[in-house]
Parts: sequence; structure tokens; C-alpha cells
Amino acid sequence: MSRGLVIGAFLTLFFVALACVSFLWVPYDIETLQISNKLKTPNLNHWLGTDHFGRDVLSMVMMGARTSIAVALLAVGIGMAIGVPLGLFSAARRGSFLDEIIMRGNDLIFAFPSLVIAILITAVFGASAVNAIVAIGIFNIPVFARLTRAVALPLWERDFVLSARVCGKSETRISVEHIFPNIMNLMIVQGTIQFSLGILAEASLSYIGLGAQPPTASWGRMLADAQTLVSIAPHVALVPGLAILLMVLGLNLMGDGLRDRFDPRIKKNRT
Amino acid sequence: MIRYTIARFFSLIISLIVASLVIFLVIQVIPGDPASFMLGINAREDTLAALRSEMGLDQPLTLRYFDWVIGMFQGDFGNSWTYKTPVSELIADRIWVSLPLAIYALILSTLIAFPAGIVAASRRGGASDVTIMGATQMGVAIPNFWFAMIMVLIFAINLRWFSAGGFPGWSNPLQGLKSLTLPAISLALPQAAILARIMRSSLLDILLEDFIRTARAKGLTRSQALWRHAVRNALIPVLTIIGLQFSFLLAGGIIIEQIFFLPGLGRLIFQAISARDLIVVESVVMLLVFTVIMVNFAVDITYAIVDPRLRRKS
Amino acid sequence: MSLLSIEHLSLSIGDTKILHDVSIDVCPGEIVAITGESGSGKSLTALAVMALLPRGSVTDGHIFLENTDILRTSERDLCRMRGCSMGMVFQEPMTALNPVQTIGDQVAETIIIHEKTSKLDANIRATAMLRRVGLNVNPSRYPHELSGGQRQRVVIAMAIALRPKLLIADEPTTALDVTTQATILELLKDLVTEFDMGLLIITHDLAVVAEIANKIAVMQEGHIVEAAATYDLLHNMRHPYTKSLFNAATHKVILPEYIPAPPLLSVESVTRTYNLPRVTVFGSRPTFQALAGVSFHISHGERVGLVGESGCGKSTLTRAILGLEEVQEGQILLDGQPVFTKKSLNLPARRKMQVVFQDPYSSFNPRHRVDRLIAEPLHVLNNSIVGKYIEKAVSKSLEDVGLTPEDGTKYIHEFSGGQRQRIAIARALIIEPELIIFDEAVSALDVSIRAQVLDLIAGLCRKRQLAYLFISHDLSVVRTITDRVMVMQSGKIVEQGDTEQVFSNPQHAYTQKLIAAAPKLPEVTYNVEVI
Repeated sequence: MSRGLVIGAFLTLFFVALACVSFLWVPYDIETLQISNKLKTPNLNHWLGTDHFGRDVLSMVMMGARTSIAVALLAVGIGMAIGVPLGLFSAARRGSFLDEIIMRGNDLIFAFPSLVIAILITAVFGASAVNAIVAIGIFNIPVFARLTRAVALPLWERDFVLSARVCGKSETRISVEHIFPNIMNLMIVQGTIQFSLGILAEASLSYIGLGAQPPTASWGRMLADAQTLVSIAPHVALVPGLAILLMVLGLNLMGDGLRDRFDPRIKKNRT
Repeated sequence: MIRYTIARFFSLIISLIVASLVIFLVIQVIPGDPASFMLGINAREDTLAALRSEMGLDQPLTLRYFDWVIGMFQGDFGNSWTYKTPVSELIADRIWVSLPLAIYALILSTLIAFPAGIVAASRRGGASDVTIMGATQMGVAIPNFWFAMIMVLIFAINLRWFSAGGFPGWSNPLQGLKSLTLPAISLALPQAAILARIMRSSLLDILLEDFIRTARAKGLTRSQALWRHAVRNALIPVLTIIGLQFSFLLAGGIIIEQIFFLPGLGRLIFQAISARDLIVVESVVMLLVFTVIMVNFAVDITYAIVDPRLRRKS
Repeated sequence: MSLLSIEHLSLSIGDTKILHDVSIDVCPGEIVAITGESGSGKSLTALAVMALLPRGSVTDGHIFLENTDILRTSERDLCRMRGCSMGMVFQEPMTALNPVQTIGDQVAETIIIHEKTSKLDANIRATAMLRRVGLNVNPSRYPHELSGGQRQRVVIAMAIALRPKLLIADEPTTALDVTTQATILELLKDLVTEFDMGLLIITHDLAVVAEIANKIAVMQEGHIVEAAATYDLLHNMRHPYTKSLFNAATHKVILPEYIPAPPLLSVESVTRTYNLPRVTVFGSRPTFQALAGVSFHISHGERVGLVGESGCGKSTLTRAILGLEEVQEGQILLDGQPVFTKKSLNLPARRKMQVVFQDPYSSFNPRHRVDRLIAEPLHVLNNSIVGKYIEKAVSKSLEDVGLTPEDGTKYIHEFSGGQRQRIAIARALIIEPELIIFDEAVSALDVSIRAQVLDLIAGLCRKRQLAYLFISHDLSVVRTITDRVMVMQSGKIVEQGDTEQVFSNPQHAYTQKLIAAAPKLPEVTYNVEVI
């Protein structure tokens, strides 16, 4: 267990815990505004201070954690649920017309950054957290499809797969029994990375107003509100940003740590 | 090489066609009746009728699509409903901010990332490697708009080296570039972090390859082997990432423009969304996607120039 | 006066001691071979001379190249020596060259970094060197346009461009075809004579060693167990390991007699064509004929060998027989049933045929237990298999190959290469096939393990009637384990017949060329002393 993995796991779990606790209890209700209490710096009553509407920053961070995690997790879920089978199928039918189509489709989606997809969806359906999930999720699909296909393809040439084919096993069966178990580790690593990218993407979308709408708290939204107050009350701008930074950092460290652990390549010791 | 270029070109054309179809369908078909979508439920009948004929909604779908595409070829992107001006004029002004910003950020990102990645890989495990990896780890995790805010706080408000926002135009190129500098840095740094890590990892992979051992056996020193053999090979996979990076930079730039009050495509698009001006949204999205596809095409061609294995298959 | 003098060399990497007190001498114009099985430390000895050992290596002793002790020379000076006073050629020609640089540039680079000459001059000399090593190809070509043999010539050209005093070759021909191997070995011998170089060659192939070396050193687990002039060593082996090694290399298997029986596998006029990528945009697609009208049959209980070099179509034929690829013309029948029907595999045919592959390290899914791996072919039987039956079948299979039923509960990484091939054979045996295809099944094994596996196969033939197709590039192995042999070239079978007949009296020109090119161990009786 490398240090990075431990620190990363700790950071990630910390925020997940915050989010879970928020379902049961938050220090202050964020929907009631107390203008009189606005812009207080961190003190004993409000550990992270209050924002320009008098809302407790700590409570907002906890609720925001919920939004970020939910959106990013569901987006990764969509990406994996659709992308991995697509990639497996593409690798099983390598070289065929369908494979070409799937690959071209992937390239096409890559031409639409998730922000652009979000813009398209929002223009037509309006802004909401669901749209953010869909936009980020759609972009995750080719990421997983491409990766799955790239790691599955060389496996199809391996002798143990040939052996299974000689035994008469179908492509689907081979994909499930032989290919998938051998790429699972890499999927976990990539999933962690995409999760962290999802957090960043969600924050960007809510920052510009295309994601979760108030009164749903989100870290991006907090930063947007705080933008004009940067010089007067820096804590309102620093805290949500730090939250994003730490959560993403934690996930990345965990992803890297997992990758090092799972790397099947024998580390050749070169001069 | 010719065959490869032609194949890629066909790929490009098909991508453009499919992309335009997707955009067209989402904007023109999904809202049901675009006109009432744009004007809202309380719109008067005559305004609705005027807008419908303006947008050519009475014509069949396929005809509308071809009109739109042909119109774009001629530089006609329709008229904005909110501004009552041709969209091409609106875009023309703003693209001269968004595009240079993305290119500026790409150049900065590459200039920082390549040396950092190469140094980290060549001194693997050493102090510089650990420092660079630590820095990139942070860089990757920072939301670029938050980083921009902090940059504004430090460099514009406290140090007063740069203005906190605004764009004075290109009449004085140096001033224009200066006003784009803080935004470009905010965009570039997180992307540079990603690129540096990829460069390092690509280089480390190459350094394990047999031909590096052959180079050492010929008498090349470690750094000679690195620079003459490893780096060029490591660049090849990194090139594809740069293409992807550009699309992220273009998209990210849209967000950064908000912080620095730059009159770019970002502002245009968000105003269009709140005003429900579908015509503007359609054209700007098409333009963004078009740029990305073109950049990817350029990267593909560069790929073939750099990697001889793609050129002559015997 | 010796050119290279390795004196009491010891090497540790981390906590493991790898080389123990190794001493070897090489004189100018002399070819010294270090031989041994995998893990003996031969390659590391070679790398130690070039001072290209992996990180964390600690050495002791001396390596004198003329008067310089390599182990005590600075890295800067070593860089000057490498490529100039000593050169090295490695095993894998396919990955030894920089893919984005022309071969001319790569050879010229050796010259440029050591001598102050102009680029033009270096290029001229590089071109001359490429001609000298027998490569008549434009120097502006890239490595991917060349074959394995051609690439190896480029590597040699790079290593000798500055006429070094010492050339080290680590398994230089192991990855090459027999005929290519012969020409490369000839080339090396020529260069040694012409340049008065010393050549230190590392190889596990005892026949190569016997043909090319003046002096042989045998290594086992980091020790040199015996070293002598070739003739002396071959006729007066002293160390038991040396004797067992040469015995294993010339091991003759005793097959039960073949009783003529009706055909089991019938390959009739099979043709397989591949479409190649288009050359021009509007022209028709060129095709490549991997198999051109191949016909043969294997009878029940008959053991047939198939030899041929890379590109001859062996692998395509194997895949076609296994039903993994369809053929454009002709048909393949197993006991009267076609192996491939309408784009899918024919199960009744599947039941009678199994395969053992070459690479023991990639033939198994690393995530499955051994019993699950062995039981996989049972999938091909129609009736639903009950758990207990599977267990019994797996245990029997394991015992048949000399392993224990407990081994079924382990994972594949816990086994050595030789044991894995036994497990592969166990997997092939579990459905009691009538035909097994051994696709280079012993090629990746050490000589002594190979002998054991061949004995195992012979033993299986004694227990039950078993027919097999034994594919190998190693002619001596084929000679001992088959009744009949077929020779393939460019998608056709050019000669087939009784094994001994074909080997002692080859008819076709290609067969003659093949047999002539294969290095041979001289006919000396290698006695194993009973201790």
C-alpha cells in the first residue's frame, strides 16, 4: 500500500463521509438566509464562516459534496455501463464494419467536449443537475469504449483465448470469462480518474450556471457567487475551491496508487 | 502518405456531416417547435409567424438542413433573434478573442509541459522528478476557473501587473496579448500538468524499449540516448493528446472568459442560452465542433509526418 | 595475449547473488561461446562486459578488455569504448532498431559519435558497412520495411562499424529462421576472420555452439561448470551437468510402433487467401495466398511433423485445421466431418481435436485456477457435465502428465515453464481427443525440460492411440518425435514422407537447403556416468 494510495483514499473517504453525513445532519439549514449574518470569517459558531447570504459555508460544503459526488458518480456509471460493453464488443469484432462504426462514433463524440454537449442540452432542456450528468456521462462513453477496446484487443491474440475458441466458446462468453476479468483492474483505475474529472466538470458546469440550480448547493455555484467578493471575503472563494482541489487530488492519488498496484508489466530494470 | 491523407480527409468530411446533423437535430427538432420555444408561451401569433418564416420552419426538414449547411459555406449563419444582426458578424468579432486565447494557452501548455515531462523522466526517482510529479499532481486537481480567480487576486488586484479583466482589442497587438496572458496561464497550467505527466509516462515507456539499449551499446551516453532516440518516439503518442487538449482549451476558454470579462464566444453563447436564441447557439456550437475536427485532422497528418511507419506500409 | 579477460566476476542484484566467480578468456580471432539454460546467467555476463547491467547491480572481480578494467572505468570512458572497442548484438532484431530513423542514419550514428567526421563521410562508410554485412537495401529505408534477418544485419553493421576488437552476440540468431540463422552465423565467422575480432557468443543452442565456437564455456546457475576447447569438450565431458545437457539435446525418444490405420484428418486442396490493404485508391485489392492447394492426411494414431520457416503458412494451416479461420477453397475433414461449417465451428469435430501452444506464459488465463483451466475443453461436450465428473477428469489428466491432483487448486503463475506445458497437455487430454496439434509446443523450453516433455508425449502414445501434428522449426526434435514429416514453403507442401527417409535423403531442393542449414551436434556418444 503506497503512501499515495493511503492519502488519496483518506481524502476521498473524508468527502464521501461528509456527503453521507449531510443526509442526516448539517450544522445549519442552508435554505434559510440570514443576511444580517453575512460574510463572517471562520469562528466558533461557523467553522468556515458565512457567505453573502449568511449561509453557513461548512453546511454548504457538505451539501455541495453530495452534488459533486452524485453527478460525477452517475456520469462515470453511464460511461462505464455503455462504454465498456461497447469496447468489448468492438474488440471481439475487430476489423469488422461495426467495429469501424463504433470507433468513428467515439471520435465524433470526442469532437464535442462535455461543455459543448452541456450547452446543447441546456439550450433545449434548461439547466439542471440531470443535464450535467447526461452531458458528462455522454463524454465518458467514448473514453471507456476506447480504453476497453485498446486493452482488450491484444488479449484476443493471446493463446489462452485461442484455446477457448478452439473449445468452441462464443465471443460473448470469451469476453465475459476471459477478457473482462483481465481488464477489470484497469477499468477501476480509469473509473477513479474519470470520477475525479467528473468532479471538475461538474464544478465547471455549475460555475457557469449550467449544472445544479439553487437552492441545490454545489461547489461550482459557490465559487461563482464568491467571485465578486474575492477581495473582501477571501474565505468564501477559497473554501469551495480547496474542497474541489482536495477531493480531486485524493481521487487522483488513489487512482495512481491503484494503477501502480495493478500494473501487470514486470518492471524491467534497465541501466 | 497520399493514401493516408485522403483516407483521413474522407473521415473528416464524414465527421463534419454527422456532427452537423446531430447539432441540427438537437436544435431544430427536439424542442418541437423552435419558434415557440424561443419566444415563450406568451408570444403573440404574428411574432410567432414572423419568426417561423424567418427561420424557414414551414419548409421540410431536409430542405432546412441543406439550406443551413449551404448557408454556412457562404458565410451566412442566419440572423440572431435577440440582436437582430447576422450571426456571422457576432461570431467574427468574438472568435478573434476565443481562438487566439486557446492557441496562446496551447503554446504555453506545451512549452511548460514538454521540458517538465522530459526532465522528470530522465531523472526518474530523483528530487526533480518528485517535485515535478508533486506539482503536476496539484496542477491536475485545480479547477482552472478557481486558479484564475486566485491569479486575479494576486497579479491583478495585489500586484497590479495585469488588469483584472477586459480586452482592449487587437489594434495594439502587444496590449491585446497582455490582456490575454492571465487567462491563458489559468487555462494552460492545469492542462500543462496533464500533458507533463503523459510526456513523462510516454518517455519512461520508451526508455524501456530495446532500441534504447542498442543505442547505449553503440556508445551513446544516457542523455544522448534520451534526446536522439527516446524523445522523438515519445512525442508520437503525445501528439494525439494535444489534439484532444485543444478541444478542452477551447471549451475551458469559454468559462475563463467569464472571469476576465473577455468579449469572446463564451459570453455570446451564455447570453444566447438565457435569451433562448437557438440560432446563435446552433451556429456557435457548429463552429466550435468544426474547429476541433479540423485540429484533429491536422494532428493526424502531423502524426504521419513524424512516424514513418504510417507512411510507407510495405 | 587475451583480448578479453573476465576474472572471478561476481554479480549481485539486490539481495540475490547471480554470478559466482566467473572467469573466461577471449583471444583476437577466437570465437568463445557461453552456453547454458535459462537463468544460468549467460546474458548478464555479456551485459557485464558492456557495463550495461541493470540498476542496483553490484559487481566484484575484474573484466579486462586489453588493459582496461571495465568494472573500474568511469561511465564517460565506457561510452567511448562501447561501439568503438567493443560492440554488442542482441537477440530480438524486430525491436532492436529505432523505428523512426532510417537504417543508414542509425549505422552512421555509431561513426559520428565516436569520430569527428562529416555526416557525408559517415553516411558513405555506413552504406559500405551495410553492403559488407550482406544487406543490399537502400540505406534510406526504415526498420519496419525489413525482415527479421535483415534487421539483424543492420544491428551487426551498427556494432562493427568502427571495427571493434571485441564483438558480443547475445542469442543473435535465436529469433531467426534456420536458413537465415545459417547465413548470419557465416557472416559472423567471416567478420571475425577479416577484422581479427574476438567474438563472445551467448546461446542456448548447443548445435550452434558446436558448429561455430573455438571454445565453449558451460554455465549453470551463475557458475561456469566446465570450459574447454570445443573438440576437447565434446569428446571429453567431465562435469555431469554438461553431460546431461548434451544428452538432453540429442535425446532420442522411443515411440511405439505406428500401425497403419484409416485417415483421421483430411486436408483437401485447401487454399486461403488474404486481402491486403489497397495500394492505389481505385485499383483492385492485392491478395496474398497463405495456403495454395495444401493436401495431406493424418491417420489414427499417426504422428506427423510439419516443418517450415516463418511465412510458409504453418500458422495459417494450424488455424484452419482448428476451425479458427475459414478457407476459400478445399475442405478439412476430421473423421469425415468438416471442421468449419457455415461460419462457425463444428462441435462434433471439435471433440476429437485439441491444441497445445508454444508460449507457456500466455496460454493460460492468469486469473483462473488450474483445475478450471484444464476443464475448459469439457465445454465442447454436449451433455451437461456434473461437478464430480469434472473433478475426476481433471485429477486423471493431471496424473497423466506427471503432476498431482492438488496442483489443480493452484494458480498458473506458481508453475515453471515446463510444468505449464504439462498443464497445457493435461488440458488438451481431458476430452480424450484423437488428434492433438502441438504448435511449437517445446520450442520455448529449456533443453533438459524439452527432453522430459518429449518423453511424456511418447509415454502418452503408449497408453492410448494418439495422433498428432507436431509443428516445429527445430528439425532435430521433429526427427525424433514423428513417423512422417511434411515440409512447407510459401503455402505449399513441397515434400512429405517417412521421417527418417526425408531427413537422410531429402528430394526437394528446399528440404535439402533446410537440412543443410540446420546446425548439427557432431556424432559423439555422450555417456552419462552413473554416480
